[in-house]
Parts: sequence; structure tokens; C-alpha cells
Amino acid sequence: MIGELIKGMATTLKHMFRDPVTIQYPDIKRPPRTRFKGRHELKRYDNGLERCIGCSLCAAACPADAIFVEASENTDEQRFSPGERYASTYEINMLRCIFCGYCEDACPTQAIVLENKYELSFYDRASAIYTKEMLIVDVPVNGNPTPQAVEPGTFDKPIPDMEDPR
Amino acid sequence: MSDQVNLTIDGVELSVPNGTLVVDAAKMIENPIPVFCYHPKMAPVGMCRMCLVEIGLPVRDRNSGEPVLNDDGTPQVSFRGLQTACTVQVSEGMVVRTTTEVVTKAREDVIEFLLTSHPLDCPICDKGGECPLQNLTMEHGKGTSRMDYSLKMKLDKHVPLGELIYLDRERCIQCGRCVRFQEEIVDDPVIRFHNRGRSLEIVTMSDPGFDSYWSGNTTDICPVGALTTADFRFGARPWELTPVATLSPHCPSGANMTFSTRREAKSGGRSVIKRIMPRQNEPVNEIWISDRDRFVHHFADAPDRLKKPLMRKNGQLVEVEWGEALDAVAGKLQQSGTAVAGLSGDRVSNEDMFLFQKLFRQGLKSHNIDLANRRLAGGDVVAKVGISQGSNLLNLGQGDAIVVIASDLHEEVPVWWLRVKQAAQRGAELVILNLRPTRLDECSRNVIHYQPGQAIATLRQLVNDAKVAAADADNSPIKAAADVIMQANNVVAFYGAEGLTYAETDAVARLLANLLLIKNEEAYAGRPNNGLIPVWPHNNTQGAWDMGIHPALEPGYKPAAKPGMRANEVYAAAQTGALKALFLLAADPIGDGLMAGRGQLDFLVVQELFLTETAAQADVVLPAQSWAEREGTFTSGERRVQRYYPAIQPVGEARPDWQILAQIGERVGLEKPAFAASLVFRDLAKAVPQYKGMDYRALARVEKQWPDVGGDDLYYGGNAYENRVGLGMQWPAAAESGAVDHFEVADVDSELPGKVVVVRTAALFTPGTLINHTELLQARMAQPTLIIQAADAAKLQLAQGEKVMVEVAGRGVETAVRLSEDTPEGVALLRGVPYQAGLTELKVMG
Ligand code: SF4
Ligand code: SF4
Ligand code: SF4
Ligand code: FES
Repeated sequence: MIGELIKGMATTLKHMFRDPVTIQYPDIKRPPRTRFKGRHELKRYDNGLERCIGCSLCAAACPADAIFVEASENTDEQRFSPGERYASTYEINMLRCIFCGYCEDACPTQAIVLENKYELSFYDRASAIYTKEMLIVDVPVNGNPTPQAVEPGTFDKPIPDMEDPR
Repeated sequence: MSDQVNLTIDGVELSVPNGTLVVDAAKMIENPIPVFCYHPKMAPVGMCRMCLVEIGLPVRDRNSGEPVLNDDGTPQVSFRGLQTACTVQVSEGMVVRTTTEVVTKAREDVIEFLLTSHPLDCPICDKGGECPLQNLTMEHGKGTSRMDYSLKMKLDKHVPLGELIYLDRERCIQCGRCVRFQEEIVDDPVIRFHNRGRSLEIVTMSDPGFDSYWSGNTTDICPVGALTTADFRFGARPWELTPVATLSPHCPSGANMTFSTRREAKSGGRSVIKRIMPRQNEPVNEIWISDRDRFVHHFADAPDRLKKPLMRKNGQLVEVEWGEALDAVAGKLQQSGTAVAGLSGDRVSNEDMFLFQKLFRQGLKSHNIDLANRRLAGGDVVAKVGISQGSNLLNLGQGDAIVVIASDLHEEVPVWWLRVKQAAQRGAELVILNLRPTRLDECSRNVIHYQPGQAIATLRQLVNDAKVAAADADNSPIKAAADVIMQANNVVAFYGAEGLTYAETDAVARLLANLLLIKNEEAYAGRPNNGLIPVWPHNNTQGAWDMGIHPALEPGYKPAAKPGMRANEVYAAAQTGALKALFLLAADPIGDGLMAGRGQLDFLVVQELFLTETAAQADVVLPAQSWAEREGTFTSGERRVQRYYPAIQPVGEARPDWQILAQIGERVGLEKPAFAASLVFRDLAKAVPQYKGMDYRALARVEKQWPDVGGDDLYYGGNAYENRVGLGMQWPAAAESGAVDHFEVADVDSELPGKVVVVRTAALFTPGTLINHTELLQARMAQPTLIIQAADAAKLQLAQGEKVMVEVAGRGVETAVRLSEDTPEGVALLRGVPYQAGLTELKVMG
């Protein structure tokens, strides 16, 4: 019995000289892992156009029914995305989301990505609904905000080219 | 030869009627053969090759004609390669193979070929999710592509074919269903193929584009997302929609439809109607609906719907709470004693009408109850000899006759026009009696155009001629028509009110009834597929008759002990002060030119969706729910009682009509309001003997329908909705259960009012309280037109295109003159103007 006690105390002693596992959150934050799935972001192309075409496939794939998408048609005077349509409403209910990443997989344009942000807290249910404005990333340095007015005929594909459509 | 043919499909033996196509036979045993161009409602064309299967026929000995047997005694079958299952009819001993390697390979190849120039649009395509091409690619396609996407054909993706339908040229697979539908089914060949091969496109040849009352149906039967409706374009993905069964809010055919609803952020999270599609009901509208039915629903969400009760205070209509408004209505109605009247429109449900008459008859002890705009008589006649239970216009064909009098079915009830036309194409004889040429004339060999004022005389002649044996009479067209009718196996008769007064329509109904009763014991009336169909002006005019919205008839056609005032007497009494209070349910007599103004009325209450001209003059305006927000039943012109269901949340504080009426009823001493429309229906089914045995559950019964179109079907997906919530029930006409006496027909004199008489003709898109609030259809509305012969026009000094003011229903309407030699001499047709009965003198103003 004494032997076991010594063994236990030795472990305690060993850990006293180790670096602590815990960190002083929120003063110190640990960098998320590469494959971490945090809060979603809606991405843009380099020219600032939105990648999302409002197809609602993410909503269809979502097992928690957390996503709501409503589409509208682009025009060359008011262009949001390179294709024919864009998401005029895009909402994710973060209380429902289970961060499975199925929406990422479903997205034909890689518009929705579960990124690194994990600090999600709200005072009421309504503010758990993240709107398109909250989800969409900032306009890149050389891009323009949406909607953009473009030359007619610049974007003639119904859906932008799909990179690696797996 | 027997009517049944035995064949084997993939080892399954079956027996189907002679003449069945292989593709349909396979569908019957749920072994669907994939198709694109074939549609069970249209003749096969064999254009897409998707339905290739191996078909073998038994080998017969050349000399004896006997089947050659194999050694084991089974018949020898010879296969001759692949054949299109959609064009081959079954034959005795046929063997069909659909699972062999050759067939699988053929399907793969056809899919691959179709996809060579098909865009990768599925994520944004409005058909995606219910798309036969998508479904069949998943089922029969290879799974990988050998095509370089950048080599695909680039074509226009946003081609409006008129303002209702858009074409995406890239998605079209050239199956020709749309072109064939327009040509073959509805006979409006306004779209066609243009160019060939890869550059083939669908073009519209009419001005305005796609000028057909049926254009929306092409978007249903298009097996891809090439044709879409303007209002559903990018509206929602099909799997996100909630289907809710409903009925046409206009059409007396009782067309079955389905709302597709979805919550919408733009509307603050409300459910909105995203689209309307047909719901299959083979005896009613099959799978077709007219564009009015498909697009009119936008009125339900119009921003100017009434949202709160209004009450006049210091001369102004101000919003008040329900309690105050209802107390005021009940109090005022009671104070007015029996000097009250209630007039109803014919678009509200049976439940509403039943409670409306109950409020007056039992609550206020007044029989002054009528339809606000009574156009067509004969409900009582229809109750006796109306089209029988179990009838289906689809069953009429060779050897049958259909009579149409004083009606332009194409403009009034397009669904009936279509079904009558198709019956004629199947061989039924049409007998048409009209004042002027109509579209149906081209399908008929017995067209009689009577002189203005001669409708009754002509029909009387027809009935008299029908009583005489075929041989011994002169050979006038009327006699010929009478013979056609008397020789027919089945006779269905439609009658309308074009150019007729109310009294005249009553005579028409009775004369037609007598025609159907001529053969006494073997009378047509009372047998299935026989009987009278009134071309009612609205969706529930039949219901109004059944519910006793009539000064002399109580629910169930029971004669009232003391008949009340008719609508025109009510309007007159309102002017003189003989009437104190008037209650209008879904009616706008001031806007329709029936009532000069509120006159000497003490109290006017209007229950409506919108602030109509009449409502603006009312003391109390009660906001009612539209048919999309509530449930109820309508009764069609074929006396089919059908249910419709609530699809969207009520607008503002609007309440269902029946509930408002019940709440007023409670305040004047009737019982407490029922909790649900179904309970009101239970009461009315007790009061109306004809509705015996009906309740909401019975009305919701369904049975399997053929052809199997719609629902989750893989290859007719997106064509129509399967009927899962009710086919409705027809109530029996008296003739079905016993002999009916011949009708007395009163003499109606028909003096011609002037040298040139005016006949108001119907147009599908005529202004009305509901349709006026549907923006999408405004461009299609019939413009006020005066159609007249050149000779008559010259006499009156009118020129083509000239704008003239003419008097319609007592008011001046500016109309454009159109010269047409189709118009009979001495007649001016008025189209796109408010309703006016009978013949009037042409009065050109100023
Ligand atoms: S995020 Fe992607 S999947 Fe979701 S609607 Fe936009 S494009 Fe479609
Ligand atoms: S028509 Fe069908 S297959 Fe073609 S893009 Fe649309 S959904 Fe996809
Ligand atoms: S538009 Fe549709 S229905 Fe018409 S031919 Fe093309 S694919 Fe067929
Ligand atoms: S060829 Fe048979 S379905 Fe098209």
C-alpha cells in the first residue's frame, strides 16, 4: 500500500515540473487544428463576387436542417455571383448546426467552408441565426464589393466553373 | 379477336387491353421503361429513343399459321433487335426484355447522347429534384462523362416566350412534348421547332408570345428545366416545397390543383405560395389547368388585402377590433327588422353560403337572400337532370353527342372546352347552337348560328324535331342536329348565358332537360355519362344553389314558404329606402354596375378581401380570408363536391367567411360558432339531402388513377401532383333514382332592342375582384373591344381601331373597334367589359 502511495505521489511530483496542459483562455488562445470545423464562412472570388449561387444543396445536405437559402436572379447591372443566380437570403441557425461539414461537401462552388472561429455565444435564440452579412467574408484587397455592375456577356455560364468537383 | 392480349415482360405474364402500348403495359406492372418524348396523354412519336427494349414475337408456321414450338414445347420467339416501346402496341404472345445487356447499353448511350450538349445546371435548375432527365441519368446513365465541358454548345438561357414562360435553350432535349401538347391537346400551335440538330430551338410564333390559355402546362410536361414559369423562376428547390391541395378559385369545372408553399424571408417568414401545379383528377381536369388557375393565386398575397375590420366613424372608415365590428353588424341587422337583405358572391365556399342563408333565414327571419349577380338559371333543373354520378367526359367518344348552347366554352371554362374538343376528336358528335362562331365550331358538324333573339325558338325547334322520327321531316340543319342527338348513345348538354337574359336561360335549361327526357323510360338523363351541365359563371355557383342562396329555394332545393326579394329588387329597394340594411358577402355590386350606390340604405356591411368600390361606401367592412388561407368545399358544375385546404397563414386579422357569419349568428341568437369548417359541413350535409353521406373524410377519399402521372414517379416526375387528398363526390341528380317529369317551359318573348344589338361575350381574363390584384396577368387581360362586321360598322361610321364609348350595364366603357366578318349581321360583340345580360341596343356615347 505504501508502494502505491509513493507511486501516486511520484506522478504528482512529475507533473509539477511539466508545462501545464490548460491555458489561460481567453487571454491565450490555442491555434485550431488544420481540419478543425468551426463557424461557417461564405467565400468570395478574388474579384469580390460571391461564390454562393443559392442552390440550397447545403440546406438539403444538412442533417440538422440548420440552413435556409433563398435565391434570386443576377443581372449584369446587379451582379452578386458569376452564375445565373445568387443567394439573396442565407441563414444558418448556429444552435441547430452540429458542425458536421456536410454542407461543405454538398456545395458545388466551395462557397461554404467551416472555418476556425469557434466563439459562438448568444443571449437569445434569434441572435443564433447567422445571416448572410455575418457569414460572408470581407471583400479581398483587389476585389469590389457586391453587387457589381459588369459588362454584359462577361459571365455566361449558369454556374461558375467547378474546381475539383470530386 | 378478344379485347385482351397476353404478353410477357421480363418473365412476368400479363394481360392488357388490345391497343395498349408496350411502355404502358410495362408501367401497369410497375416495370417502368424510361421515356422522355412519350407522354401517356399524347400520341407517341418515338423521337428520343430512350425507351428502346427488345421485343420478340412468336414464330408462326408459314403454311398453317400455328405457332412454332421449341423442343420443350414453349413457343419459339424471334427477336429483331431494339424497338421503341412507346410506339409498339402489344400483340398476342409478345415477349419483351428490358434488362438485357443490349438494352442497358442502349439506355446508357441515349443518356450520354442527350448529355453531350446538356449544361451542368442541376444545382440551379428549377426542375432539379423532380427532373426526369436527372432521375433517369442517375438510374440508367454511365456515371462518368467523356465530354469536355468547355466544348458544350452555348445557347441563350433566358429567352422569354411571352411574359409567363421562359425558355432555357441549353436545357431543351428536343423531345417535342411542349410543341405536341400545344398542337395536339389544346390546338394552339403557337410554339414550334426552329432550325435543326444542335441549333434547334423552341420559338413562339404568336404576338404576344406564347399566346395560349394553356401555356403553363408545357412547363409541367417538359421533362427538363427548359421551360419554366415566370413566377417560379429560381423561386425554390422542388424538395423544399410543401404541397397543399386546392381547387380553382374561378372555374366551375372544379379543377384540382396543388399549391407549393414555402416560408419566405422577404415576407417576414410567412409561408407563401411559390407555384400552382395541376393535381390529377381524371374525371375533372385530368392533369391540365388553364393559365388563369395557375397564375391567379398572387392576389392572396397582394399588399392591399384588408387586414382589420373597418367601421365608419365621422364619415371615415377606421380600423376597429373584431368585437366592436361584429356587435355593430349584429345590432344594426336586428334593428332593421325584416328590411334586411343578404347578397352573396358565388366564389365563397358551401360552408360560408350555408351559414349566410342561415343567418338571414333563421337569425333574422328574412328570406331576402340571393346571389349578387345572378346570370344563369336552372339550378333546380340541374338537380333533376344534371350529369349523372360516375360520369366522365373522358368516356365520351364515338356514338355519343354533346350539345353546347349559348356558351363559348373556350373562354368561359377552358377545361370543359378541352374535354369536349377531345371527345369530338374521339368521335363524339357536337351540336352547337350559338349566336356567333366560337372555337368549338371547328370540331363540329352540326353548328347552328341562330339569329339574335332566336335562341329559345331554335332550341324549341330542335326539341320538337327530336320528337319526330328521323326519316319523315325536311332536312334542315336543326333536324339533322336533332337526329344526331336522338341517335347518340349518350348525350351531355352544356348551356350558358351568352346573349340571354336570366329568364331565357331558365327556358334553355328546361328545354334541354326535356330533350334529355324525350326517350321517357330510356331517357338520357339519369344514366352515367349523360345529363345537363350548366356553364356557371363562377367556381361555386352550383354550391350557391345547393345551399339555398336563392330567395325562393332553401337548402336542398326546398321551396321557401314565403319567397324573399331577388337581387335586382334588393338593389331597387336600397335606392328607395324600402330596404334598411344590406349585407354583401364577396360581392361588389357597385363596382359591377348593378347598384347605383348605397342609396337610402341605413346600414351597409361588406365582407371582402379587398376594399372594393362597394366596400369603400360601406359602414362596416369585414376582412375575410382568401381560399388559400382556409379550408372549405366547392361544388363544381358537374355537382362534384370537393375540398380545398389551407396553405398559408391568414393575412392580418382576416377570418374565414363561415366563422365571421357564425359569430354574427351567435350575436343575433343562433347557436355558438362551430370550431371547424368540417363541423359546419356536417350540419349542412344534414340540411341538404343531396349531400347525404358526405363529410370531410369521405370527400378526401382517393383511388388509384391511370395514367400514373406525377408524384415521385421517376419518369413523369414534375408533371403533376398525385391526388392524395381527395377526388370529391358527385351528388346524384333526381333522374338517377326515378323518373322525372317533363318541364313546363314558359314563353319568353324576345324583342330585338335595336338595329344593332350588343352581346357581351366572355373572355378568360376578364377583370374581376380577384384577378385585378394579380399583377403577372395584367398584360393578358382582355381589353375592351367592340367586334362588328365591316358593313354594320360602315353604317355606324365606325372604323377599325377607333376608340368609342359604349354603354355597358348602364355605364360608359371605352372600347376599341375591331372589324370581323365572323360577327353576324346586326350584332356587335363586346369583349373584356363588365357583365351585362341579354341583348341590348348599341349605344355609342359622345
Ligand atoms: S453555399 Fe454552396 S451549397 Fe449552399 S447554397 Fe451556396 S452554392 Fe449552394
Ligand atoms: S434539366 Fe434536369 S438534368 Fe438538366 S440541368 Fe436541369 S435538373 Fe439538371
Ligand atoms: S422545351 Fe422541354 S418539352 Fe419542349 S422540346 Fe424542349 S425538352 Fe421537350
Ligand atoms: S422514343 Fe420512346 S419515349 Fe422517346
